[in-house]
Amino acid sequence: MSAPEQRNGNVSVAVRDLRKSFNGEEVLKGISFDVKPGETFVIMGPSGSGKSVLLKHIIGLEEPDSGEILSAGQSVHGSEVLSKYRLAMVFQSGALLKSLTVGENVGLYLTEHRLMEPGEIARVVAEKLEAVGLKGLEDRSPSELSGGMQKRVAIARALVIDPQLVLFDEPTSELDPLMSVNIGEQIKQMRDRLHPTILVVTHDRDLAFGIADRIAMISEGKIRFIGTPNEIKNSRDPMIQTFIHAELTNT
Amino acid sequence: MFYNIGQIIMLFWRTLQALPKAWLERKKVYDQLFEIGNASLLMVCILSLFIGGVLALETGPTLVERGLSGVLGRMVGLSMCRELGPLMMAILIAGRIGSAMAAEIGSMRVYQELDALRTMNISPINYLVMPRMIAMVIALPALVVFSIPVGWLGGALVSTFNASISVPVETFFHDLREGIGVADVVHGLVKALVFAVAIGLISCHQGLVTIGGPRGIGRSVTKAVVNSIVVILILDYFVTRFLIYFQ
Repeated sequence: MSAPEQRNGNVSVAVRDLRKSFNGEEVLKGISFDVKPGETFVIMGPSGSGKSVLLKHIIGLEEPDSGEILSAGQSVHGSEVLSKYRLAMVFQSGALLKSLTVGENVGLYLTEHRLMEPGEIARVVAEKLEAVGLKGLEDRSPSELSGGMQKRVAIARALVIDPQLVLFDEPTSELDPLMSVNIGEQIKQMRDRLHPTILVVTHDRDLAFGIADRIAMISEGKIRFIGTPNEIKNSRDPMIQTFIHAELTNT
Repeated sequence: MFYNIGQIIMLFWRTLQALPKAWLERKKVYDQLFEIGNASLLMVCILSLFIGGVLALETGPTLVERGLSGVLGRMVGLSMCRELGPLMMAILIAGRIGSAMAAEIGSMRVYQELDALRTMNISPINYLVMPRMIAMVIALPALVVFSIPVGWLGGALVSTFNASISVPVETFFHDLREGIGVADVVHGLVKALVFAVAIGLISCHQGLVTIGGPRGIGRSVTKAVVNSIVVILILDYFVTRFLIYFQ
């Protein structure tokens, strides 16, 4: 693997009439939306609504049945978007390589593409781990870390490449409220420092309203609404109102 | 089945395409070689010693009874070189290393580590498959070279100390030297090479297509081992037929 020749600037995303079925069941039913360069776009919806599948399509891990996904104007399938632009994805589970240390995980992109000398990589890794509040954990194994720490390592791994587009899959799932706020802060810091285009899939209302420029509400494989946090709060759609105001009352 | 065979052929082709980058991945190849050697050397030693011993035990008394004690060394030597050395080592490696490869890659697939590699534009073929294939292709013939003399030693020990055989060590090895040439060792090494490619491809492919959590990983490991052994036995026949033409 050699250092890819890359282009600068933020990356736009355009999804056009995306359809996908698994075992005859249609999961995505003609999804279309645009994300502007540098925008923080949150896709919100209940569990099983097709959010994660949509995200996998956007980074090219899944092939659509029909429709297309354009990243910086180029199809993410059959083109070399990944080698031309710096895209990163933070998985729901963190998806850290268990056979590597935390430091090796964070520096993996730089090491495998041979972009820097080992000493320089170690310096960058230490810097990125410090940025996510995990200073000095380079030699730990991922299995020694809590779920929240693993997600922060995954964010550090994304930060290392100075991404132009970052995708987050349920970044606050399985985390306590304090850690969820911490992860939200990390995403904001990334946005303010690097200004990448950010796509977040979540069902966490606080996170969505805390970081989004625009929110898309997805339900049963279709987009129901796209708007700013205020527009979505004021939507008259009963499904959206139920979703954003759902509360358990102790009677 | 044909779909899987097609996928394995594609995997083989993509691994060959990745070979020019092998030097860059040499550290991973060394790690895999150490892993294979460390996990197998003692087992190879024990297995080969006993295979040689059993060969002598099964054939020795009959040969001695018919006045053919002079060919016992050749008999054990040829069997180890041409057939049992490569075959048994391949089965051992399929069980110990092939299963580990399928489990490791399968677990990486299930826990989205392969997806993470792809999003970083790191090819799982270059990162995982190619180093394992190279290590397998080096390690299995090397283990066979090690197993052959150990098997001979096992045969010689049984021939000498078993009362119903009692062929002296000198006679055994004299006959062995007379009856075995470099071509016989090469015959075994060619087989080992073919088996190594088959085990590596089947195990890595099975890992790459794993689905369904821990149960899926278990299923992949079982399939990798069983399919490897079946393919090894089938290939053994065809490679033998092929090599006979060159004698």
